[in-house]
Amino acid sequence: MSEALVTATGVTSVLGTGAAQVRALNNVSLSLNGGELVVLMGPSGSGKTTLLSVLGCMLTPTEGNVHICGLSTAGADAEELAAIRRRFIGFVFQSYHLFPTLTAAENIQLALDVRKQRGRKARARTAEVLKTVGLNHKARAFPRELSGGEQQRVAIARAIVAEPAIILADEPTAALDGTNGQAVMKILASVARVPHRAVLVVTHDTRLTNFADRVLYIEDGRITGEERPRSKIGLEELPANPLRA
Amino acid sequence: MQDVPEIQRRILAFCGFGFRLPFLRGNASEAPHVQVEHRTSPRPFTREPDMPLVLTLASRNLFQDRLRFAATLTGIVFSVVLVMVQLGLYAGFGRMVTTMIDHASADLWVVAKGTTSFEDLSLLDANLEKRLTAIRDVASVDPVVIGFSNWRLPGGAMTPVFVVASDFRQNDLLPWNIVAGKVDDLKQRGTIAADKTYFQRLGVSGLGASVEIRGYPAKIVAVTEGIRSFTTTPYIFADLASARAYTGLPPASVSHFIVRLKPGADRDRLKQDIQSAISGVEVLTPQEFANRSRSFWLFGTGAGAALFAGALLGVIVGTIIVAQTLYSSTKDHLYEFATLRAIGCAKSYIYRVILYQAVLNAVIGYTIAAAVGLIVVALTATSALPIVISKNLIGGIFLLTLVMCVVSALAAIGRTIRMDPVMVLSR
Repeated sequence: MSEALVTATGVTSVLGTGAAQVRALNNVSLSLNGGELVVLMGPSGSGKTTLLSVLGCMLTPTEGNVHICGLSTAGADAEELAAIRRRFIGFVFQSYHLFPTLTAAENIQLALDVRKQRGRKARARTAEVLKTVGLNHKARAFPRELSGGEQQRVAIARAIVAEPAIILADEPTAALDGTNGQAVMKILASVARVPHRAVLVVTHDTRLTNFADRVLYIEDGRITGEERPRSKIGLEELPANPLRA
Repeated sequence: MQDVPEIQRRILAFCGFGFRLPFLRGNASEAPHVQVEHRTSPRPFTREPDMPLVLTLASRNLFQDRLRFAATLTGIVFSVVLVMVQLGLYAGFGRMVTTMIDHASADLWVVAKGTTSFEDLSLLDANLEKRLTAIRDVASVDPVVIGFSNWRLPGGAMTPVFVVASDFRQNDLLPWNIVAGKVDDLKQRGTIAADKTYFQRLGVSGLGASVEIRGYPAKIVAVTEGIRSFTTTPYIFADLASARAYTGLPPASVSHFIVRLKPGADRDRLKQDIQSAISGVEVLTPQEFANRSRSFWLFGTGAGAALFAGALLGVIVGTIIVAQTLYSSTKDHLYEFATLRAIGCAKSYIYRVILYQAVLNAVIGYTIAAAVGLIVVALTATSALPIVISKNLIGGIFLLTLVMCVVSALAAIGRTIRMDPVMVLSR
């Protein structure tokens, strides 16, 4: 384990107004350390996605502080939050959110392009990450030509290609069968093998806890428990780290 | 993926895209979760390095929905062609109303005070010729007579003509584009030049035809081509004496004077000298007289305003159509833009995608419209009011098209400003 890459202290998030107002997060404090994969579990409506939004700098908490790699998000405007995401965070979404008009390689390269990493190096890096997720032969395939598992692997490649310190994954296996889900989780777990990188996976799937260093439980907007799985999958079962140390 | 069709490549190369366009590999249909059979031979990752990814994304977004793209192009082409025709008519009209002034060999024009145009029927005293000639540095003074007259058709009916006359010995305002006969023959009394375009309307067969104008006999001794009047009343060139007879103008009156300077004379100084020596006249340079004529016919009559209003309508229609289609395209791709935002891209990156779409619309739409415009120009070249499209107008309309499409993108950009990246987590 290494230093905390993400810390949330006393985070409260109130969504909506008037009668529709909901306290989605209630005084949540947690940290995400380098070199660990944390699984966040909880029932629907428990506040998982809201917490992911706050930790991912997409939603400003009503109260509390969030630090990303030592930077406070307090008072940051939308562009500053986007810059933090660009610099430190990679996202993996449940529905992949690949660009249907771009090829697999272009989808990945887009994450570099928005970071102004272009040209030969960017293409080489894209090819390298595609190879790591086992899709180098699908570089020029469009998302519609890929299976769900392959699409999610492209989405993971997009999230990791710029080598962010933090990977946030929202239900990354929800749309996948067991085999593909396991494959995706192995890739995410291997990402977290480096001391200065961390992965947070939000999921309903209890089978994924095998990949976790820690499991956090959330309910009604509060962290209700934390445990360290006993039967964690060993390093030797994981693929090579797609992110360079 | 299929090869890029040759015709598409040619069209896009013509539009100025020097690089390869990978978006042409894209497919119109979108089904991201449908698995299809993979190709057996893996393709290496060789995305064309010379096209920015943001432009790739913009162009593929644009081409993805081909029906919408076609609708957008139709709107732009309609708009640009309308603007082109209206402004081309304006330019053509502006050129036609000054055609006599442009073809006269004048250093200065002396006209009655308040004269609005070459066709203004205000009169000057013919005796001014002597006073003008006496002014220092004046080389020659050529009286010009103009006026409407009646041309007798073979059946006995009358049709109006516009008579233009000057002293043919001085060659200051001669008919041009002579296709038959000789200008020198016009020095004879009772001879005229007419444009072949109007022969059918005037009921004559051509050179040598004998006609009657306001009861006076006339013979066509020169035939011109392309001297057309914006009033649709045919121009008839005649000598001064004949013109007075045809128009009923008294011998002591003329319409304008054409003044030629001695070599090396200062035109501005002479202009002032004439102005101070003779009252009740205005002394104009050819450019000033042309501007005044143009201003009168284009804006004094409302014709120019109507043409500009038509052009403005075209711009408004084009802007609305492009704005509507860009907005709906942006709405369709909102989750993609939100994804971009979620992965940390700056707003300016998204704006660039939308603006590139607008610019691509503009370039492709304009290219098609320009081709249509050239056809229209060719078709109207010999009409009563040809559409004139100059290089400046072509450049100006291209800039206008760009501005129109970029302004149209503002609504779409506004939609992305209100977009919340959290939406990608809700789906």
